[in-house]
Order: sequence, then structure tokens, then C-alpha cells
Amino acid sequence: MSEQPQHHEQAHPGVGTYLTVAGVLTVITLVEVGAFYVPAFQGWLAPVLLTLSATKFVLVVGFFMHLKTDHHLFRVIFAAPLLIAVAVAVALLFLFGVVAL
Amino acid sequence: MTHAEATHRTSTGLDSRKIGMWTFIGSECLLFGSLISTYLVYHGKSVAGPTTREILNIPLTSISTFVLLMSSLAMVLALAAVTRGDTLWTRVWLATTAALGSVFLGFQVYEFTAFVHEGLTLQVNLFGSTFFVLTGTHGAHVAVGVLWLLSLLVRSFQGKLGPEKALNVELAGLYWHFVDVVWIVIFTVVYLLQ
Repeated sequence: MSEQPQHHEQAHPGVGTYLTVAGVLTVITLVEVGAFYVPAFQGWLAPVLLTLSATKFVLVVGFFMHLKTDHHLFRVIFAAPLLIAVAVAVALLFLFGVVAL
Repeated sequence: MTHAEATHRTSTGLDSRKIGMWTFIGSECLLFGSLISTYLVYHGKSVAGPTTREILNIPLTSISTFVLLMSSLAMVLALAAVTRGDTLWTRVWLATTAALGSVFLGFQVYEFTAFVHEGLTLQVNLFGSTFFVLTGTHGAHVAVGVLWLLSLLVRSFQGKLGPEKALNVELAGLYWHFVDVVWIVIFTVVYLLQ
């Protein structure tokens, strides 16, 4: 193979970044559990918890799985089925009357 | 570049094994998406047996969630160590990740056992069926991940896990982190949003 392979993947984050992300994940988890037990939060529990959960999801996928810095093809391969899964879940929730407009 | 790396390169310049792993993870999104959807669709529709509010142990599951999050940290530290050729810390972090995964599985076995003793089984109601299938499938994935990590640890002790094999650790890490993000969703949807 005479052609030099192309390298689109950037260097992974350093240990300091990993530790920072782990700290943020821990704090978010503590906030989630705290919000669960605080009666004042009950009205806002679903949007608050879903937002916090999505934040943790993005942090792990972006930094620990390196999707933030890796080749964009990996983002497409991951995001396309993820979006389909979310769309199917939302459609089923409406179809079975679990949520309504 | 080693011969093995050259063999696995694709026309995109990316390694075929990594593309394959991301494709597998994409398919797993659909699997867990269907299981979580099924749980949500049947949520609150049980006519007999224990329900979520009566049986779920939030403090216990919060600790097991923290354990799994920290295992993800140990996993990336293992990858960082193998990339810089640090054999000792590669072994330490791989062993730590496997150990934390095993602790998580221990929590799950304890939880399942307690639920069965309280009358919640796979057959007793819709909550039991969907809960055990969803969390059991996730637990099976964690178990596979632990075995994968232990196999990497063995390869390291055999002297066959140097920096040139860092991608092997990265692929295991991708799988492990995916198992972690699935639990992030399950913890919120099943345990906290009752």
C-alpha cells in the first residue's frame, strides 16, 4: 500500500480532563438524587432529571468515549441509531397514551 | 505503523475494528431503546404485586451508579496508561475497572434477590417483567465487559498489551462506557422518575 493512510483522529484528552469530567459526573449524580428527595422539586422533577441525565450522557460519550475529538464518522454512526431509538420511544409513548399533547 | 494496523485501515483512514465497534454500539442503542420504551409503555399498568414506589431502593442504587461512573474513570485512565506504555498502571486501572464492574454486579444480584424475596418476580406483573428484562440485559452486558477487561489483564501479564495494542483497550473502553451511559438513562428513567 503506497498511499499514506489519513489520520482524522485527534489526540485524546489528558488525565486532568478525565478527572474533571468524573468530578462533574459525581456532582450531577448527587444533585439528581438530592432533587429526588426534595419535595419542592417534585413538580419539576422530570425535566430537571432528564436534563441532568442528558448532560451526564453527553459528558461520558464526548470525553470518555472521545466522540468530541474523534472522526465525525463515529458521531454519525452513533447518533443516527440513537436518534431512531429516541424517536421510536417517543412515538410509542404517544401511541400508548403514556404522554399526550 | 504495524502490519496489523495497516491491515485494519479502511479507505477512510480509520481502523475497521473501531468503525465496527461504533456500529455495534449503534445497534445496541436500538436494543436498549426498545427495552426502555417497553418499560415506559407498561409503567404503572401492573394490576398485582409490588410497584416501583414500594420496592425500589434509591440509596443503594445511587451507590451502585456512582461505582459504575467511577469504573468509567478507571477505564479511561487504563487507556491513557497503555497509550503511554505504562504497564503497571495499565494493569492497576484495568483491574480496578473490572473490580468496580464486579461490585456493580454484586449490587444488582443483591437487589434482584431482595426483590424476589419481597414478591417481585419476572412473572408477577408488568413491572417485574419489564424491570428484570431491562436491568438484567444491562447486567449481562456488564458481566461481558468484566470478562473482556479480565482478558485484557491476562494479555497484559503475558506481555502482549503494549502501546501498539492500545486500540484493543480503547475498543473495550468504548463498550464499557456505553454500558455506563445506558445505566445513566436507566437510573433516571426507572429509579428516579417513578
